[in-house]
Amino acid sequence: MIKRVAALAAGLSLLVAGCGDTGDGDTAGKGSGSTLTVFAAASLTESFTALGKTFETSHQGVKVRFNFGGSSTLAQQIRQGAPADVFAAASPATMKQVSATSQVFTRNRLVIAVPPGNPGKVARLSDLSDRKLKVVLCAEQVPCGAAATRALGAAGVKVEPASQEQDVKAVLTKVQLGEADAGLVYRTDAKAAAGRVTGIEFPESAQAINEYPIVALPTAPRPAPAKEFVQLVLSAQGQAALSRAGFESAGAN
Amino acid sequence: MLSTGPARVKPAPDRVPGRPPWILVVPALLGLAFLVLPLAGLLVRAPWSTLLTRLGEPQVMEALRLSLITATLATGLCLVLGVPLAWLLARVPFPGARLVRALVTVPLVLPPVVGGVALLLVLGRRGLVGSWLYGTFGISLPFTTAGVVLAETFVAMPFLVISVEGALRAADLRYEEAAATLGATRWTTFRRVTLPLVAPGIAAGAILCWARALGEFGATITFAGNFPGRTQTMPLAVYLALETDPEAAIVLSLVLLVVSVLVLAALRDRWVGSS
Repeated sequence: MIKRVAALAAGLSLLVAGCGDTGDGDTAGKGSGSTLTVFAAASLTESFTALGKTFETSHQGVKVRFNFGGSSTLAQQIRQGAPADVFAAASPATMKQVSATSQVFTRNRLVIAVPPGNPGKVARLSDLSDRKLKVVLCAEQVPCGAAATRALGAAGVKVEPASQEQDVKAVLTKVQLGEADAGLVYRTDAKAAAGRVTGIEFPESAQAINEYPIVALPTAPRPAPAKEFVQLVLSAQGQAALSRAGFESAGAN
Repeated sequence: MLSTGPARVKPAPDRVPGRPPWILVVPALLGLAFLVLPLAGLLVRAPWSTLLTRLGEPQVMEALRLSLITATLATGLCLVLGVPLAWLLARVPFPGARLVRALVTVPLVLPPVVGGVALLLVLGRRGLVGSWLYGTFGISLPFTTAGVVLAETFVAMPFLVISVEGALRAADLRYEEAAATLGATRWTTFRRVTLPLVAPGIAAGAILCWARALGEFGATITFAGNFPGRTQTMPLAVYLALETDPEAAIVLSLVLLVVSVLVLAALRDRWVGSS
């Protein structure tokens, strides 16, 4: 029995490992059909998935595959040779590791996320300095944490966070489950989790607007559709999809 | 102490005569290479010139200390809870034992991040048990070092239970029966006969358990969060360093690897014995 359990566990782990690499490595070198591979920041999941469908409809025979994840992880994968055609990052700093010719296509700002009912009675950014509140932020190493530090710094608010989370979704989870009384997340994340968290806008967020750059990678296995996908994102149609998700227009570009 | 098991009286010979067949040797070497090469990759990329200054950063030692303490506490908790559980599974027939045995392995299969969310749902401030803890005693486990220990225990305990249960099943029941016929209670038998008999299995399980706890990431960061000195263990520090400074992440990983290999090598010889 033990042996069987162990064999089962080993089998399962192989299965998991096997599934894991279909995400980014599968399109490598196979060259069958026409598949466009887009690496995009996790916060773009909803809007880019919709745009991918639009793109497939207007480009018969082209399939769009997404690899959504933390921007820095994606940048690392691209630098290690992952076969990406398009890269959309949540911060220019991360984009710089990959390309110098990117274009800003949208902006995102922070909001305060509180659990339903707002048990900590948070109304403004300065409320987060209350030591009795459990506040979670992103770690400074990730874009949302850097933005939070900028916003709090600009407002002169000192926060002692209960935790510095690895990404914005982790902050959202803690708030959603009521473990944290408040957290700083992107407006798009609060919007996607509407009903499970409440987003509170604050004026100081203007000091920490996150710019999202996009690029058709020079090493793209499929350069033509890659450029067309970037054009779609920059087009009025693309911008409308982004604004539905809670993004702001990138302004003159 | 019971030191006259048949294995001790007539030690199994170290070697079986004949040359090892290539059909076993080749995959064995491939397997070894597969396990060791990624480590070599880390060593090649390590920033040797700045290694010492990076190691001197207080956050590194803080994270390492926290990792060693929490992994050790988690192993202790696993031993206290896991050995009796393994004994129950191996020695006491009860309806639904197969199901329980399968449930024990759930944390092995569950992605650790999901395990962390599950822990939040049970032990969080608004969780099933956690809300009672919070309401009655004012205890809130998430974001605390105790939370780290619990997350590591959750993920590591199956390793202990499975190896101890295996050892119990392999142990010769006749010693326990003899103890019983001589009038020992089941508790005395467990303490004086069963435990010494399966001690190597327990040690091996504890080692696995400790190693798993030391490397734990997903459940820890989800349940306990990440705060330097309080809940930021080495794997969490490595993950965040990877975001901005891959070289620092490599240094941290090497520290974790070196320390764990040293500890495991030392303990394995002492506990499990090489003879």
